[in-house]
Amino acid sequence: MSKMTMSQKILAAHSGLEQVKAGQLIEADLDLVLGNDITSPVAIGELKKFNKDGVFDKDKIALVPDHFVPNKDIKSAENCKCVREFAIRNNITNYFEVGQMGIEHALLPEQGLTLPGNLIIGADSHTCTYGALGAFSTGIGSTDMAAGMATGKGWFKVPSAIKFNIVGKPSKWVSGKDVILHIIGMIGVDGALYKSMEFVGEGIKNLSMDDRFTIANMAIEAGGKNGIFPVDEVAIEYLKEHAPGKKYEIFEADPDAEYDEEYTIDLGTLKSTVSFPHLPENTHTFDDIKDIKIDQVVIGSCTNGRIDDLRCAASVLKDRHVASGIRCIIIPATQKIYLQAMEEGLLKTFIDAGAIVSTPTCGPCLGGYMGVLASGERCVSTTNRNFVGRMGAIDSEIYLASPAVAAASAVTGKVSQPSELGL
Amino acid sequence: MKSARGLVFKYGDNVDTDVIIPARYLNSTDGKELAKHCMEDIDKDFAGKVNDGDIIVADKNFGCGSSREHAPLAIKCAGVSCVIAKSFARIFYRNSINIGLPIIECEDAPDNISAGDIVNIDFDTGVITNETTGKTFQGQAFPPFMQKIIDSEGLINYINNK
Repeated sequence: MSKMTMSQKILAAHSGLEQVKAGQLIEADLDLVLGNDITSPVAIGELKKFNKDGVFDKDKIALVPDHFVPNKDIKSAENCKCVREFAIRNNITNYFEVGQMGIEHALLPEQGLTLPGNLIIGADSHTCTYGALGAFSTGIGSTDMAAGMATGKGWFKVPSAIKFNIVGKPSKWVSGKDVILHIIGMIGVDGALYKSMEFVGEGIKNLSMDDRFTIANMAIEAGGKNGIFPVDEVAIEYLKEHAPGKKYEIFEADPDAEYDEEYTIDLGTLKSTVSFPHLPENTHTFDDIKDIKIDQVVIGSCTNGRIDDLRCAASVLKDRHVASGIRCIIIPATQKIYLQAMEEGLLKTFIDAGAIVSTPTCGPCLGGYMGVLASGERCVSTTNRNFVGRMGAIDSEIYLASPAVAAASAVTGKVSQPSELGL
Repeated sequence: MKSARGLVFKYGDNVDTDVIIPARYLNSTDGKELAKHCMEDIDKDFAGKVNDGDIIVADKNFGCGSSREHAPLAIKCAGVSCVIAKSFARIFYRNSINIGLPIIECEDAPDNISAGDIVNIDFDTGVITNETTGKTFQGQAFPPFMQKIIDSEGLINYINNK
């Protein structure tokens, strides 16, 4: 009697139980507790209410100021000061200051801090990203973060799961973003509410690590508790580069694991997909996209600010120019990605094309700064949410898309796919 | 808190954390400051009209989106005594319990409650009463584990008391 999903096996192993089942409430040991500049100050305030001083393990906490960093205003600077002083006071190993920081969900895997089999909580909803490396990883709020930092433990309701059997090979301009937007369009923004999204199948070998990070990242946009991939050769190669010498345990779902639902996704049939305002589930393909004029393009974020994404955008923008009147904002997600983009000549391609390139920040994704929209403006964005007012004015509009579509749209000034440029 | 009673503010599906408290205000962690902008992008009059004890009723997937605890905090500090919805996004649900904002899931009640109705919720039994129409509904009572957190007035006290 096991019949556990991959997610359930990781939860069982961290709670000292042979067996867990969906709906069971457990207390589990945490491998990593994460916070950013928005959520950590609230958690630090809560932490003061505990009967004990300090944190459970200075090596198992990651603090990544990234949302309004470099600071956009005085209040943001005060919040970051609070996080910085807390990190220094508690000698937190993995505090990332401006200069070392990146967008948290791109940075931590790159730093080798998120490993297969880990149980990770983060006070940021896109913490589910690390499932791409076979970790159980989920977003929580600041109070849970405080409790996690103090005790090293967290409570969980064991989730049931939806299985996505990935088959086939994607065509040239179809990427992880199209896969996850297609799935969200299919099951809806609450289609996986409280559940694990487990991605399996022979088609996974055709998805790069960056594709997988993008897919796991947006599990929350279907309401999912976590998204998770098996640990295959592609993942192991990534870990050799980014976490050399680190030990980890690989978990696999039982062959007879039970799932609430199962879907087959044929990568070969997927097309470039765009989510229209104001929900990620409002997906369209170019079969029914008419002339939608835009004002801005954003390429970046924890969803699509990685090197594959920048290479893809550069391959579209190479020897082309951003349309007159369009602002194209490109944000490498980490310093390492930024440097790599420079060494590969991508930054020159972007700047020659009339785009701007920013230091890593979440900035415009949540309407913070670095690309806030005015009333009535439209943006094609590689970010993850297109809610009302997300990037600025209440009556502005966000079209979520892949880096390929975003870059093509920057060139034409309307929502476009690369084939419209003869690519 | 054993019960709540108040005037209803009514919303639809997928009320997300960006409309509950827009990110442009997330440079503050002060509940009272956040409350001034609560629901601003979906109902700009909310903060001016809401009174202590009032109740938010919504359809499915309330609180979807970000993990910002500022969202339930803004609602709580605006004086709202309970949120009733057909379903809640999971991080919002967790955050609400952890900070002591009473929330209750009920499939039937939202379809039978209108803006401006007076509604009463008994947290011990999960029974929701629309005093304006006289109809009652059975909401989902908390599992005992979560009830203990709520009885302790939040997760931190619960852990401290253990």
